[in-house]
Parts: sequence; structure tokens; C-alpha cells
Amino acid sequence: METPVSTAVSTPDARVTVRCTYREAMRAAIREAMHRDPRVFLMGEDVGRYGGSFAVSMGLLAEFGPERIRDAPLSESAFVGAGIGAALVGMRPIVEIMTVNFSLLALDQILNNAATLSHMSGGQFSVPLVIRMTTGAGRQLAAQHSHSLEGWYAHIPGLKVLTPATLEDARGMLWTALEDPDPVLIFENGVLYNMEGDLPEDAGPVEISHAAVRRHGDDLTLITYGGTLPKTLEAAERLAKEDIDCEVIDLRTLRPLDTDAIVTSVSRTTRAVVVDEGWRSGSISAEVSARIVEGAFYRLDSPVLRVCTAEVPIPYAKHLEDAALPQVETIMAAVRQSVASDG
Amino acid sequence: MSIPAQAPGQVAATSPVSKEHALELLRSMLRIRRFEERCVELYSEARIRGFLHLYIGEEAIAAGVMPALQSDDAIVSTYREHGHALARGIPMNAVMAEMFGKVQGCSHGRGGSMHLFDAATRFYGGNGIVGGGLPLAVGVGLGELMQQRHTVTASFFGDGAVAEGEFHECLNLAALWKLPVLFLCENNRYAMGTAIERALANVDVTAKAAAYNIAAAAVDGMDVLAVEDATRRAADAVRNDGPRLIEFHTYRYRAHSMYDPELYRSKEEVERWREYDPLVTFPAQLRALGYLDDVSLTAIEHEIAVEIDAAIAYAAAGTLEPVSDLTRFVYSETRPA
Repeated sequence: METPVSTAVSTPDARVTVRCTYREAMRAAIREAMHRDPRVFLMGEDVGRYGGSFAVSMGLLAEFGPERIRDAPLSESAFVGAGIGAALVGMRPIVEIMTVNFSLLALDQILNNAATLSHMSGGQFSVPLVIRMTTGAGRQLAAQHSHSLEGWYAHIPGLKVLTPATLEDARGMLWTALEDPDPVLIFENGVLYNMEGDLPEDAGPVEISHAAVRRHGDDLTLITYGGTLPKTLEAAERLAKEDIDCEVIDLRTLRPLDTDAIVTSVSRTTRAVVVDEGWRSGSISAEVSARIVEGAFYRLDSPVLRVCTAEVPIPYAKHLEDAALPQVETIMAAVRQSVASDG
Repeated sequence: MSIPAQAPGQVAATSPVSKEHALELLRSMLRIRRFEERCVELYSEARIRGFLHLYIGEEAIAAGVMPALQSDDAIVSTYREHGHALARGIPMNAVMAEMFGKVQGCSHGRGGSMHLFDAATRFYGGNGIVGGGLPLAVGVGLGELMQQRHTVTASFFGDGAVAEGEFHECLNLAALWKLPVLFLCENNRYAMGTAIERALANVDVTAKAAAYNIAAAAVDGMDVLAVEDATRRAADAVRNDGPRLIEFHTYRYRAHSMYDPELYRSKEEVERWREYDPLVTFPAQLRALGYLDDVSLTAIEHEIAVEIDAAIAYAAAGTLEPVSDLTRFVYSETRPA
């Protein structure tokens, strides 16, 4: 499959856009990286002949061949470690892990080697590796394919953790990550792959150091990332009809966390609700809350609230899965509760 | 427990050894032994801390393997790696300074005994996770192959790692992709305190290699000439034809780390293995060949003692990294080439 092309339309800022999905944006990013740098290769389970378990790499084998679109056996620890070793000696591997749950089979390599080698060697070695994996629930895949563990990974010094939630970030984060000298993990929420929209035809690399304000507002700051960004934006639009004007921050990068963006916004709106598809206890939402308390405590007019996934293994049945996850309604309810509180 | 029949002399050295080279091998083994003996003293004086896994008894492997590798080959090691590091050519000063936690250490004092690194000699570290270096080595081999560098990546691991899933994943991957990796199993018969017979349903590591279509040899790891010969031949094969495995039968005479009560093995067993001590048998061999006498041995010992004294003085005089640098290198300061 080629770079997405469809009916090109002109936007007010005169950039030509193309209609494409998140999946196609990610594929275009991989293609660009493969063309730009011969050291880049893609390695993982079923990335080649199968076309990627979520069809992200469909067509790339025919274009780049089996050396660079490298099907790996079901050996997460070995092929993630192989990516680390290849990066150590000058390659720029993109390792794809089918889901975040499977990444646990490679956690030793990610934590004890990738995240550690630079510091432990006194800066003699670095690991310019990108690991992509699918995360998140919402597709009735039950308790071993649905978790959101990106917050765990964000706990680890030495790693960078990216959570593209828009077409621009799906298209642009990969190349910047490949240019980074250290291991970067990219979490692609599975519900986003079919998200469709208009992407500028000349979309390219984006910076990966800052959060983004996806909606400006004055009454409250909603802070989220990844798969819950569309839900949070929808909640904000519906709340606007109730005269509650929410700012929506997309964290984009969970490590390093853009504390300034969070504190600046919350200091202005004086209220915050954190939306996180991870479990509440020990989550990235807990970290964000702590940073708000550290940096904006005296500006707050109400307690920081959180909308997280219920602390259960994600169930199969649709109604139970829905009940476990942050939803537009639960986000709206938390916002109303915060606004109703007068501190 | 008896000494396994396959321990001594599985592969006989075929190439004649020159006097000069033989003495170099002896010197290399002795240097490792004496270095570690001094480390024990320094540990007792609390000048070295943390874990200190001694290689004493296993020196013939490091001393025999390293001369069979090229300077552009890569090495991935284990936490029992002082011998590998010294034999590879990491300066003793830098190794000792690392033990002292000084910034002049080969890992800036960040790694200690278990984590010796050296980019100059392509030494990709001791690794504190049993089996954790194997995927790394497979990746180094993959990266070298993809860049057509024609090198060998030597991956050391112990018999303990053979029980880890990563060992099996990595042998499979290396064979599947014909990666230039030389798997070097230092089978010292104990994973910490667990005897190999209590850990592996099949104690023959070469049989496991065969299951992955990797040609393998069992070699007497107490015989430095056999080690070197086997490594040279295996490394040649790796360069042309993909992975090989050598299982070195060896024995550690000291505790797993600095102190353990050694409840898991008998004194008699340790004593029996002492008969194969390469620092007893090899000097005897060289004396019989007329290569070594008391005078030359004393001279070698003296040289080594001087080097160790200097390394200790260097380490003692070294500086501690300022605490303000604590978080340096968590992320890279420069982009790799």
C-alpha cells in the first residue's frame, strides 16, 4: 500500500491535505524513515508477509525486502534484545511488539539493557532504538491484549515514552524518535488505527518534547493522552454546551513529562481532571496529579480528579469492558463535579 | 559427586605452540588469578564493595579465547567477567578503578565489578542478569552482519543461563538468521548453588545447540591450548557460516560471590577439581617442554605484582565522580554516529 492519497483539498492556510487513517499515517512514517536512512529496519512478529498484526506494515515487505522488513519468531526477549544490540553497533532498528501485554516478555531487555546501558557504561554506549507497540482496550480482546501499561514504562529513567494520539503525531513522531540517541517507546492505542482525518500532504517530523493544547478553554484543564484524547475532546465539546469551557492538554510524551504545560494551564484554569486509560493506582495520572499539587497547589479551586480504568483485568463482554474504561459520560461527570466544587 | 568424564581433554590441541605464545598464555592466566586474589584482600579491607564474582579456576577460558579473536570482534560478557575484561585488553588500571568506584574506572564507577564496559575494545559489558547478554549479542551480530563488517560477536554465558528461555530464543534466532555469533558457555557446573544436574534435564549443552542446528563442541575449559584452538576454529566458522557454540567444562574454586558457605558442594569435590587447575597443570606442561623454569616464572610473577600494585595505587588515587553528575548519561549527551 502506498502513501495515502485521496482527494486533495485546500485548507484555509493553503496546505494541501490528504484523507488518511492513523494506520496509514504510521505506515507513511515508516516508509519515510526507511527511505531516508539505510540503517533503519523494521523487525517484529508478522511485520512482513502478514503485513503487520494491525496492518501497519502492509506492503512494506514488497518495497524494502526481507532484510529490512524482518519477520521475527515469537521470541520477544530475543528480538527486542536483538534490536538493542543492533542499535548499539550503529543500526536504527524499529522493533514492533504486537501488544503491550506481550512486551512483558521483553521487559528484562527493555529495562535492564536498553534503559540502563548508557548510564551503567558511563556514557560509552547508547541505544538509538525505537520500539512500537499497540496498547489499550475497547476492542473486546479481553485481559491479555488490552492493557495500558505505558505508565509503567514512563516510570523508567533512560527511556522516552511517546503516545501519538493524532494523525500528525502518528505521521511525525517516528522520525524524530529515530533521530534520538536513546531508546524511545511509541505506544499506538489500538482504537486509533481506523481514526480518519485530513493530514497535510507535506506532514513530516514533529518535535517530541512538549505537550499540546488540543482545545483552549478557561474553566478547567482536562489532561489526557493516547486513546482517550478523542473521548476527552468530545466530552469538552459537549460540556461547552453546558457553558463549561474546558482546555484539553494532550501529553503526547509521558517521559519526559511536560510539567510546565500542565502547571501553566492548571494555574490559569484552577481546576484539573486527568483522564488515563491506565489503572488508577500508581498510574501516569497519579504522576500528573502529583505534579499539579507540587506546581499549582495554591492556584487550585477544587481537588484534582481522575478518570481512569477500573482496577480489573479488562473483561471481554462489551458492556463490562465499556464500564471499565473512561468514557465521554464519566469524563463529563468528573468535570461537572470539579466545577461544582468551590474548594 | 564425581568429576564428569568429559571434563579433561575433550579436544586436543592440534597446533604446536611456540614458547613465546605459551608464556603469554600463562602470563594472561596468572595475571587474572593474581588480580582477583588481590581483589579479595581489597574486599576484606572494604575498599571494594558490592558483589565480587571471582573467576578463579576458570582463567584458561578467557586467556585462551581472547587471542583467537580479532581486535574488531565484539564481546558480550557476564557478571563474572574480570578475566574476560583483562584478557581482552581493558587496562588493569581502569578495571581496578572501576572496582573502587572511581570516575577513572572503565564504566566511570557506575558499574562496578559486574558491569565493566569498554568501547575501545568493543567490550559490551558484564551483565548482571543471567542470560541477559545473549539477546544483546545476537543483536550485535545482526547489526554487524547488516553492515557487512565480517566480525564475530563472542557471547559468554554460564550453565545457569542455559535454563533461561532467552538462551533458547537466541540460539534459534542466531541459527535462523545465520548470525555471526560465537556462543561460549562457561559450564562451571553450578548456577550459584544449584548444581547443573539439579537444574537441567539434559546437562549436555552441545545437544541443545544441535537442536537448533548449531554446530557445537565440548572442550576442556581447564586446558588453555584446547580452549584457544577450539575458539580459533569456531571463530573462523562463524565468520563464514553463522553461529557456533562451544561448551567449556570448567570449575570455580571460590564461592559464587565473595562469601557463601558453600553448602551445595563438598570440599572433596573442590579438591579433586584442583588437580585440573590450569595454573598448576599448564606451568608443569611448560616446564616439561623446557619453556619455563623458576627464574622465568618468578620474573612473570614479579611483573604482574608490579602491575597490580600500580593499578591499586591508580585506583586509590582516583577521584570520585561529583554527586552533581549523578544523572549524567541517563540520556545521551551526544548523538551516536
